[in-house]
Amino acid sequence: MREYINGNEAVAQAVRLARVEVVAAYPITPQSPVVEEIAAQIARGELDAEYIRVESEHAALTACYGAAVTGMRVFTATSSQGLAYMFEMLHYVSGSRVPVVMAVANRGLAAPWTIWADHQDSIACRDTGWIQLYVETAQEALDTCLQAYRIAECPEVLTPVMVCLDGYVLSHTEEIVEIPAQEVVDAFLPPYKPREVVEPERPLVFGVGAGPDIYPAFKQAQQAAMDRARDVICRVDEEFYRIFGRRYGGLVVPYRCQGAEVVLVTLGATMGTVREVVDRLRQEGRRVGALRLRALRPFPAEELRRVLAGTRVVAVLDRNCSFGYEGAVCTEVKAALLGLEKPPAVAGFILGLGGQDIRQADIEDIFRRCLAASSGAVHQVAAAQS
Amino acid sequence: MKITELPEEELVYGSFACAGCGGILAVRLALKVLGPRTVIVTTPSCLLGVTTFYPQLAFKVPCVNVTFPSTAAAVSGVATGLKRRGREDVHVLGVAGDGGTVDIGLQALSGAIERGHNFIFLCYDNEAYMNTGVQRSSSTPQGARTTTTPVGLRGKGEDRAKKDMMRIVAAHDIPYAATASIGYPQDYLRKVHKAKETKGPAYIHVLAPCPPGWGYPSHLTVHLARLAVQTGQWPLAEYEKGRLTQKKIDNPRPIEEYWSLQARFAHLLS
Ligand code: SF4
Repeated sequence: MREYINGNEAVAQAVRLARVEVVAAYPITPQSPVVEEIAAQIARGELDAEYIRVESEHAALTACYGAAVTGMRVFTATSSQGLAYMFEMLHYVSGSRVPVVMAVANRGLAAPWTIWADHQDSIACRDTGWIQLYVETAQEALDTCLQAYRIAECPEVLTPVMVCLDGYVLSHTEEIVEIPAQEVVDAFLPPYKPREVVEPERPLVFGVGAGPDIYPAFKQAQQAAMDRARDVICRVDEEFYRIFGRRYGGLVVPYRCQGAEVVLVTLGATMGTVREVVDRLRQEGRRVGALRLRALRPFPAEELRRVLAGTRVVAVLDRNCSFGYEGAVCTEVKAALLGLEKPPAVAGFILGLGGQDIRQADIEDIFRRCLAASSGAVHQVAAAQS
Repeated sequence: MKITELPEEELVYGSFACAGCGGILAVRLALKVLGPRTVIVTTPSCLLGVTTFYPQLAFKVPCVNVTFPSTAAAVSGVATGLKRRGREDVHVLGVAGDGGTVDIGLQALSGAIERGHNFIFLCYDNEAYMNTGVQRSSSTPQGARTTTTPVGLRGKGEDRAKKDMMRIVAAHDIPYAATASIGYPQDYLRKVHKAKETKGPAYIHVLAPCPPGWGYPSHLTVHLARLAVQTGQWPLAEYEKGRLTQKKIDNPRPIEEYWSLQARFAHLLS
């Protein structure tokens, strides 16, 4: 069935189709319509789930954790300050290896107070042990939420997943979305069967204390699970394709990178604008391409090296700032490319903070500056501010 | 409930708690009333520290640990999940110290009570942050010396009265709430039993003396827990059907008797 819906509604549709059993959520702009729609689905009898109307985001994630250890498939959604408020629980959930799926409607962080999109919120949670997938369209948001449960619940992974969608740009913009039939989703996503659940007859601790002798072993296990997640994300995307006829490329989404001299790397919905600029410049005979990181954690370093080897300049467009250094994705891309024999020059650009428009002219400017620069000079390219 | 009716079975044993820990005694007695069909939810505290360090588990029931502010939020999730699984026969017991209840955990507790989940919340009150080294909490009694309310030229110990948790939970119109003291086990067990029988949230605030935190020899725990009541320092109260009742103390004993046995009040007597 095709419907004209926005990204938030697409996420809510995925929650229904995934037959989520417990939702605990606190409203925050621009995520609120997700939880409103879920509440409405439950009220209409379309989704058989418990809805815990918690008093804060911290409690939202905690209640999800509590329900998940009893074997429930759970969901929450948040944004910006709400995600920041959850921060300590993010670690608790990932460290306890509980497969929570959470949608993050990306939004800038105060101060100054803002409600508009950038990636500062989720990037700041990059090291909390969650898988992070960034989507480009409402359709991808729906599909990725379904994939996220398969990835998170996979026994090789058992790691929570954040599905990140740009605030307003995706959360509130409508597009035609194919909503799959329940039977088809059921075939793709069987009920959650945890290995261990809270069972009074079987005393187990969830979230133990650990001394220095054993703590590193838990963390190594988490890192190994993240490493295995790379394959699982790709495998699940392929399986999704076989059933639904749509796929997103697993970890990275290259666009016209073949023979490109300059490639622009970015996350999220901005890729739509970038594609158009790439097409126009290609028509002019410029050898440019683009690459969208679908997964930020686990980081697809090998895939980046494979696609970007031979590129002269890699431009990275960050919608975040690691204050005191540069855009966080820029640092990551640089580090990944160091593994190449002749690594491309990498130039970082910070644009679109707090909902600032990223216009085609800005992207074109980035491309032209990188094309014009000799590779030695590219490092000098300053962050653009339109 | 009579003490002689208590089951032999221990649901918490082999913990690393200090000798004479009132907190562990409170949990041990509560579990005897609640029985093995219980799930404990607890927070970084003395209780977590002494019972669930890998690979140790001092409980014979499952235990879900969670962040410091979150006991009642995790309780909400566990209770909801169990209800959905048709396991409403299981008691969900949230346990936190005074810090995790009265201070950082208050918001989550308020939310969970207000939503009406089916659970029992046990606050074992040792009147300071014992796990981190005897810092003041908002449950520290007036006059007490702690490491953050020291006594010196300008320091006179804690200068504020204890936060009144019973009035706070009663304001939520909670189905059942009570204060108790491990020095009056029969009264305490009866209250835990009532909490067990309650549909919806129940709250028990139990005085649980702490030898190193209060500065007394460990054999005095139960004695002090009694003296606190007899000197009028710890009221035994119940909130039921919208009514708050309090046990009257006839001929209260002089407070000096209670103070003189503990280092934390020594400066008040000199
Ligand atoms: S410090 Fe106090 S509360 Fe903590 S285990 Fe020891 S006696 Fe119990």
